[in-house]
Amino acid sequence: MDTKEALYNYCLRLGDNNLVLGQRLAEWCSNGPILEEDLAMTNLSLDHFGQAEFMYEYAAELEGKGRTCDDIAFKRNEREYFNALITEQPNGDFAFTMMKHLLFSAFAQHLYESLSLSNDKRLAELSVRALKEIKYHFRHSSEWIVRLGKGTQESAMRTQYALNELWMFTADLFEINKIDETLIGIIVDSNELFPAWKKTIETVLNTANIKIPEKVHMLKGGYNGKHTEHLGHLLCEMQYLQRAYPNAKW
Amino acid sequence: MQQQNNQLPLWEVFIQSKSGIPHKHVGSIHASDKKMALQNARDIYTRRGEGRSIWVVLSENIVSSAPGEEAEFFDPTDDKVYRHPTFYRVPDGVKHM
Repeated sequence: MDTKEALYNYCLRLGDNNLVLGQRLAEWCSNGPILEEDLAMTNLSLDHFGQAEFMYEYAAELEGKGRTCDDIAFKRNEREYFNALITEQPNGDFAFTMMKHLLFSAFAQHLYESLSLSNDKRLAELSVRALKEIKYHFRHSSEWIVRLGKGTQESAMRTQYALNELWMFTADLFEINKIDETLIGIIVDSNELFPAWKKTIETVLNTANIKIPEKVHMLKGGYNGKHTEHLGHLLCEMQYLQRAYPNAKW
Repeated sequence: MQQQNNQLPLWEVFIQSKSGIPHKHVGSIHASDKKMALQNARDIYTRRGEGRSIWVVLSENIVSSAPGEEAEFFDPTDDKVYRHPTFYRVPDGVKHM
């Protein structure tokens, strides 16, 4: 694998994380607990779609086959998606969604911070742009986790449950494969991001009185296209129109 | 009607669209605390780049004049045209007067 091909795949990974998480957040549209949160979550969703779009644009340029962002989003199967497993997990209740978003946005924040110093100028620029949004995402989700963790017995229980269920997907975020190995020097080894991420997460969780579960079997594989059963269903719905009416245009 | 009782406190939202001009009332939101109020205001009222600065204030903290007192509050100024600075020429460069 040469650098260009690796970078293409890496951009797909970044784009896929955003597209899949954005699609999940969009599922909250009209189902939010209050009007304000309904709008907040769909805003976050649109931020993710925007980030996916510019990552796919760059990927398409690197690939040089004249594909568009839509081709990349709607014409790949689940094994051709490289998002982290946590992004495809169903929303559950509001605490579950916020926990998922906290774990991911803290990771994305550290990742984009490191990528903003990349010697690949385009990747650095895109990361600076994404970082502004993701910092807000982290703020939004971390404040909710603290509020819910310190709220009622019921909200604390649901928040703890969310972390217990989601923790098994966190190691997957920091997995590296051939793509990462090829790109060392352009991107940082994501294992190096782990301590900072853990510290960030612990600060929030300690404030919220939520405990990290111990001895959890970690599930991995998203970056290699090996997914949980949930991604297929998500893509089914998201890609329906392009599958049923190929090349349909609005 | 249980949901009615569970409504979070109401906050009024003021947005400043550019630095230098006043914050303008744009509407209200529900939130349980100051941080949430600011974020909800941001998410609802600045989605299309409307603002540079946001103020939120608990609606109950706003003291308002009563509609019944409208006459005694405002009518006496009706016949005092000399209070309007209409005798001055405003230079072309001055905005927001």
